[in-house]
Amino acid sequence: MIKEIREPLVFELSSPGKRAGRLPALDVPEDPKALAGAALREDIADFPEVSEPEVVRHFTRLSQKNYCVDLGLYPLGSCTMKYNPKINERLAALPAFSATHPHAPDDLVQGNLELLKRLEGLLCEITGLEAFTLHPAAGAHGELVGMMMIRAALEARGDARKLVLIPDSAHGTNPSSAHICGYGVKEIKSNERGTIDLDSLEKEMTGDVAALMVTNPNTLGVFESDIVRIAEIVHDKGGLLYMDGANMNALTGIVRPGDMGVDVLHLNLHKTFSTPHGGGGPGAGPVGVHGDLVRHLPVPVVVEKDGHYALDFDRPGSVGRVRGYFGQFSVLVRALCYILSLGPKGVREIAEYAVLNANYIRKGLEGHYHLKYATPSMHECVFSDKLQKEHGVSNLDIAKRLIDFGLHPPTMSFPLIVHGALMIEPTETESKRDLDLFIEAMRTIAREAREEPEALKAAPHVTYVRRLDEVAAAKTPVLRWEKKA
Amino acid sequence: MSYLSLSEQDKKDMLAAVGVGSVEELFCCIPEDVRLKRDLRLPAALTELELVRTMEGLGRKNAYPGSLSFLGGGAYEHFVPTVVDYLSSRGEFVSPYTPYQPEVSQGTLQVIFEFQTLICQLAGLDIANASLYDGSTGAAEAVLMTQRLTGRPKVLMARTVHPQYREVVRTYIKNVGIELEEIPYGRDGRIDAGALGRALDERTAAVVFQSPNYFGVVEDAKALSESAHGRKALSVALVAEALSLALLEAPGRLGVDIVTGEAQSFGVPLSYGGPYLGFMACRKEFLRQLPGRIAGQTKDVDGRRGFVLTLATREQHIRREKATSNICTNQALCALRAAIFLETMGRRGLRELAWQNAQKAAYAAGRLAAVRGVQRTFSGPFFNEFVIGLPKPWAEVDTGLRAKGLVGGLGLAADYPELGEAVLVCVTELKTKADIDRLAAGVEEVLS
Repeated sequence: MIKEIREPLVFELSSPGKRAGRLPALDVPEDPKALAGAALREDIADFPEVSEPEVVRHFTRLSQKNYCVDLGLYPLGSCTMKYNPKINERLAALPAFSATHPHAPDDLVQGNLELLKRLEGLLCEITGLEAFTLHPAAGAHGELVGMMMIRAALEARGDARKLVLIPDSAHGTNPSSAHICGYGVKEIKSNERGTIDLDSLEKEMTGDVAALMVTNPNTLGVFESDIVRIAEIVHDKGGLLYMDGANMNALTGIVRPGDMGVDVLHLNLHKTFSTPHGGGGPGAGPVGVHGDLVRHLPVPVVVEKDGHYALDFDRPGSVGRVRGYFGQFSVLVRALCYILSLGPKGVREIAEYAVLNANYIRKGLEGHYHLKYATPSMHECVFSDKLQKEHGVSNLDIAKRLIDFGLHPPTMSFPLIVHGALMIEPTETESKRDLDLFIEAMRTIAREAREEPEALKAAPHVTYVRRLDEVAAAKTPVLRWEKKA
Repeated sequence: MSYLSLSEQDKKDMLAAVGVGSVEELFCCIPEDVRLKRDLRLPAALTELELVRTMEGLGRKNAYPGSLSFLGGGAYEHFVPTVVDYLSSRGEFVSPYTPYQPEVSQGTLQVIFEFQTLICQLAGLDIANASLYDGSTGAAEAVLMTQRLTGRPKVLMARTVHPQYREVVRTYIKNVGIELEEIPYGRDGRIDAGALGRALDERTAAVVFQSPNYFGVVEDAKALSESAHGRKALSVALVAEALSLALLEAPGRLGVDIVTGEAQSFGVPLSYGGPYLGFMACRKEFLRQLPGRIAGQTKDVDGRRGFVLTLATREQHIRREKATSNICTNQALCALRAAIFLETMGRRGLRELAWQNAQKAAYAAGRLAAVRGVQRTFSGPFFNEFVIGLPKPWAEVDTGLRAKGLVGGLGLAADYPELGEAVLVCVTELKTKADIDRLAAGVEEVLS
């Protein structure tokens, strides 16, 4: 008797001779000498063989084992999981765009080039910066490209310097990106407000420091109110101010990084600008700069002359090429569609209601969960499991129990300065009902933590799989299917 | 268009609950003097219908899709079965985040696990990651990886590697103290083995080549790997046309240690260059230095099979500046498309697809080389693209062909001035015999 039906791996569904995709018969004379002199394979051993109905059912069943934004609130802090407008998917897939080849001569892709130029212009206006590169493939890639431009600008002044300062609340990609750019990393401690401590910054900001990488609002969802002073301190010592724009969703139309002293900024189009996250990408991480950094933008750059657009490769100060072709083009199409749909008022409302929604959740959970920093929240709030720990319940248990209620957990892996973090970012697109359901679920869990903590530790109870052994996964890695011997 | 879901009453109730009189008050921590005191200068909001008109208008300014094109060079137009679009546009795949919560992400995680397996099978190697941005950044990550693995400072890279990949590698290594030496090619379009032998020394971390290379020519991966190993350097193969792996011997079986490249050919649209699908596979002993996310199999508390993101101790969120790469978001949805594509085509379908590419390209090469004054530039075996030399400037020939609605290929003069008037011509399964004959006739007419 079967206990339950599990979805097999495609390799386990496979049986010899089956196939789905078919091609017309070869319509040119067969050339037995084609590829003569090259080592050929006889087969692709154990490659799947299934029918089209099997493929469709396999992936449809797998899809149903995912939670997603289309299903409900996805309050992953710092990830800005907002609704992804469906029209943008359709427009990005228009053959007029999706069938264009990246080596196509400029005069055959004037629409693409105009689109890119237009998006650059809109991002400049939203951020108050002078120029944008749309090449970077994701946020971390944008950080790397931004740091390369900083390095190039400092080298042009005669000294690339050695260090980059990064607050202890920063996302892990910041130090990693700085490192690949050849910089050492020095951590800046946060103060009791959860923001950058100006005294530490003044002490650490020496002539060896190339830049400060700041996330604003930071990963606590707290705005760095001293940002203007921070910029002064960095600039006075000849350094540059890098802003990680992962949390730009809190600021659109309210304040522009370029107006508060930021020299380099990356945006995550798959966060603030609503392009879907796709289960882990593709995203896009455009980088904006101003002043003498503009000449260091990666190649190629879209230029316009008398209504004609072209790709310019002749940029002597450029950091070089950072990715093949022209970035994550169809992601860029979606972002343009989004900004055009929203207009000036809509773009401002992103920040307004992202912040209102986050504060509404914060208010609803205060007293039920510990809030390490009382500083006002912007688009996200960071609680911790301190109160629940008294009953032996951790943020992981809380997260897994939320899943039982049909909700997605908050972010827990950072900020590192909040132990047992529950970093909650609802975004602006959520309804009051969904926010209330989340608050209610979280309050219920807080009560359960007091009254029946053991039940929480066994959560989730109703999912396709329950808690997985991640230690075993890392200790004895099984990273691919292999035919049983 | 607005995507907000709050009514006016909701807003009032929520402001009251928060204890503020207006949304403005929530921004009190932003200094007054830096705040934007005007509306953003953006175009007025568009409704869906207006947006469609605007974007279709921009699309009409593109003239490319109407042409019969023989462009390749790292991006390939291939058949995409309907089920790829159909399944990959499901909201359950499009709208989740990276699968940090495995209990509610088994769909994405199992797909990644299947994708890793498919890549391993094609590459003939033990392990693969969940994806990288694209072929060019994959090449850069591979170069950084070989330095971590060997501790040696120099990388030898074939001049036949995609010019953009070489540029990206140069950009990445500029600040981390790796030297790059370019190895020339010979008359057959393959790496000059003599030059490679002279450049290889005990400071060499890796020999990096592309196969099929930028000229479409299949390199001798076995001989190159043996040369590299002879000096205890690693052998790294870049694959810009992943479909070739269905027909050519798996690089891992020819001694290659790391295979990385571009899998756009597996169901990912051309889309003017992105998003594409970088992949990387390697020998299992290099696991701890492999960049990017990896899905692994494990069991849940009830003993049921499940999948998780694993080996995170290599990654930036744990290791910070000591991570193997800064990559976080990757190309998951493109990897999903590739998995659907590969499983749909299957073992026989994929091989037939690759075989048709090779056959049609061979036919096209024969037809073009029969045109007076045109010859194949290189004698080496090729997969689905090849280089021809022209008796007239390419710019002139290109103009003539474009007037006939043809994009005949990619001129190589900018990247390889030493080749003179050379053109890279790509022929996939989507070109019919009539299309190829039309190109050959067009070239003949323009040259006569």
